[in-house]
Amino acid sequence: MLELLFKLLEITVIIALLIPIAAMLVWVERRMIGIWQDRLGPNRVGPFGILQSLADLLKILGKEDWIPPFSDRLVFTIAPVIGAVCVLMSFAVIPFSPSIGVSDLNIGLLFFLAMASLSVYSVVLAGWASNSKYALLGSMRAAAQTVSYEVFMGLSVMGVVLLTGSFNLREIVLAQESGWLIQTQFLGFIIFLIAGIAESHRLPFDLPEAETELTAGFHTEYSGLKFALFFLGEYLSVTLISAMSVVLFFGGWLMPEPFASWLPPLVWFILKILIFVMFFILLRTSLPRPRFDQLLSFGWKYMLPLALINLLVTAAFKLGGFYG
Amino acid sequence: MDKDKKQNTVSAAFDMIFSQLRTMGLVLKHTFTKADTVEYPEQKPYLAPRYRGRIVLTRDPDGEERCVGCNLCAAACPVDCIALQQTIDDDGRKRADFFRINFSRCILCGFCEEACPTYAIQLTPDVELAEYDRQNLVYEKEHLLINGVGKYHDYSFYRHSGIAVDINGERKAKGDAQQEKPPVDIKGLMP
Repeated sequence: MLELLFKLLEITVIIALLIPIAAMLVWVERRMIGIWQDRLGPNRVGPFGILQSLADLLKILGKEDWIPPFSDRLVFTIAPVIGAVCVLMSFAVIPFSPSIGVSDLNIGLLFFLAMASLSVYSVVLAGWASNSKYALLGSMRAAAQTVSYEVFMGLSVMGVVLLTGSFNLREIVLAQESGWLIQTQFLGFIIFLIAGIAESHRLPFDLPEAETELTAGFHTEYSGLKFALFFLGEYLSVTLISAMSVVLFFGGWLMPEPFASWLPPLVWFILKILIFVMFFILLRTSLPRPRFDQLLSFGWKYMLPLALINLLVTAAFKLGGFYG
Repeated sequence: MDKDKKQNTVSAAFDMIFSQLRTMGLVLKHTFTKADTVEYPEQKPYLAPRYRGRIVLTRDPDGEERCVGCNLCAAACPVDCIALQQTIDDDGRKRADFFRINFSRCILCGFCEEACPTYAIQLTPDVELAEYDRQNLVYEKEHLLINGVGKYHDYSFYRHSGIAVDINGERKAKGDAQQEKPPVDIKGLMP
């Protein structure tokens, strides 16, 4: 009983920390994009503008929670919830440190992939329920993009599974004690990262919400708290993809010996995630958005074969006994 | 032929990857460049002396109003934000009875300054005109009139013109103005 209560407390604390972190990421992103574009970014609210997200939140809470009369009310309302919940669920299997982590699921990696696939429902339902052309186009793109990028996202991490012999994320981290998997799975990592960017609808793969063409894509009709939920989902999934990249390829909380004793494992984990988040933001500032057909043909023609080759070569090396 | 094409695709793919990485590198370099932003309320940008900002009515070197209420500025104004009425004093001096500029309409184009024959209306390098109440943007003559000569330090319209007025309490008769000849005695011209 006490154990259950402790677990519940742990879950509450993780969620209570994740949501403000996602909100802070909005500020971090705007600040970093500002710096990279020779601007300053939001620097007025609080020291360095650190309270900008709070101001944004207060403003968005004050907005009218409008549901368009032409929309499907029920689906319109639950769509953003699905998105945020699916991403939050994925954090259940992330091992944050040797002692922190909600669940040691045996099929943690599969659970993550399943939740990533489920979150596309949020986008598709939102676009469909909005009953508007922009939203529909956006959600159509999201469906096609997610379905095609999911295929090789799953395939790219199979190399990791082959090498570690486990779907349990904690065991995958522990298996990297001798060396991070990035050494042997570099191609897999690149493919996973590209697929991850596409899964979280981040630039340069933000076609579902391409502002320049589709006003705001699938969340065109959303405002107020529901829009905030979509935003939360997006920034949480940026954190999630970064966390997964760190867990799968960069040894999670592990660090090589001289560095490991400098900081606690959790801090190392967070630092590694932060580097990835920065990389995501850098991608957003520097790369243009591809055309939709380019995106799909890139996925199916190049990424999928590459992922398969990566998997086959890894399997062959494993069979040949190169990895002991 | 076929092999060539294949090689081209491969090199094109590498070119593409290199181009993307180079782009990211170049953007990353900007971490260390200084922001171009001027943080306005604390840090004011330099406004040139002839910047077109808030409009003022100036006085001549004797301290009298330059404006003679000729209405040319109101006629030139593309947004019709100037309203005025001329009045004539007992000594013959012309003035604006009222002079009103609606700055919520004014586009600070400077046409009024160009149209003014007496250098009375001038634009100044002051752009901080914001008000909470729209009505406060309507400036009357007492708000517009300043105690200075503006950009033209020595110019005095009445000292040039052939109108008889009092300047500093002294009567300036016809023919006394600068570069003005005395009036012709028509009867003296008779043969």
